[in-house]
Amino acid sequence: MQLRIRALETILTEKGYVEPAALDAIVETYETKIGPRNGAKVVAKAWTDPAFKKALLDDASRAIGTLGHVSRVGDHLIAVENTPQRHNMVVCTLCSCYPWEMLGLPPVWYKAAPYRSRAVKDPRGVLADFGVTLPQDTEIRVWDSTAETRFLVLPMRPAGTGGWSEDKLAELVTRDSMIGTGLPKNPAELKS
Amino acid sequence: MSGEIVESHSAKYAAQHVPGIPQDEAGPVFREPWEAQAFAMTLALYDRGLFTWPEWAATLADEIKRAQAAGDPDTGETYYQHWLNALERMVAEKNVTDAATLKRYHDAWDHACDRTPHGKPIVLQPADFV
Repeated sequence: MQLRIRALETILTEKGYVEPAALDAIVETYETKIGPRNGAKVVAKAWTDPAFKKALLDDASRAIGTLGHVSRVGDHLIAVENTPQRHNMVVCTLCSCYPWEMLGLPPVWYKAAPYRSRAVKDPRGVLADFGVTLPQDTEIRVWDSTAETRFLVLPMRPAGTGGWSEDKLAELVTRDSMIGTGLPKNPAELKS
Repeated sequence: MSGEIVESHSAKYAAQHVPGIPQDEAGPVFREPWEAQAFAMTLALYDRGLFTWPEWAATLADEIKRAQAAGDPDTGETYYQHWLNALERMVAEKNVTDAATLKRYHDAWDHACDRTPHGKPIVLQPADFV
């Protein structure tokens, strides 16, 4: 399917029928409507179930495979945990390594070469661009996908969510928080 | 999780007038990224005036009918496969391109994907066309 789509898009672009940027803009409109977006469920479960969290950090592909309601992910998915000491951020969606089944569609900016190179050189600056300011003593670790390895950031559970159900917690988990370019929503941002 | 989305006028019109588009309360939903890309290309071609929605709906309905005749389970999971078939047919009928050209570009992309190392952007080059 992907090859047919690429073929069609190339021909239509060469002939001036479509502009790739305009297509990206349309697709981006639906970025929250694509794929099963299982990541939020997985993160919420890890927040509430310590045994699952341990299994997820040990072997994310296998741990997710044990969840009946979540569709399987490819091998070699690695979950990296954010802590007060360390914030994780993922780069590389240039090929097929982006786990869209978990995260939904990658943002357009994420595929841009400038993001990739700047994220490695100046992660704090990139985060600031996204409105994320971390304490100076928090280390920022940037993960670059290598052959067949994909990453999922396990963000920190927001304060003030004690006793919340998994479903409600999942609503706090944004795509950007699982790439590491954002934080989960604040409980106050959720309309109940 | 029904995020607020701002759709173009033609997207709303398509969702209302093309039968069977998988939707939730906020609009179209897609099982995989390529489905959204197929939808986006169709929208862009419609906006350019290549076809009307009744024309599109008729072509799509015909593709679905053909697929069902050939044993498609018609569970909704294959909807965008029919959509892509209809799109390829529509651009050929409108003389934008033809099946042979589509095949040539398909094979060229296949070649480009094969020779590109993991982590590098896949770029189509003249040498990919054989």
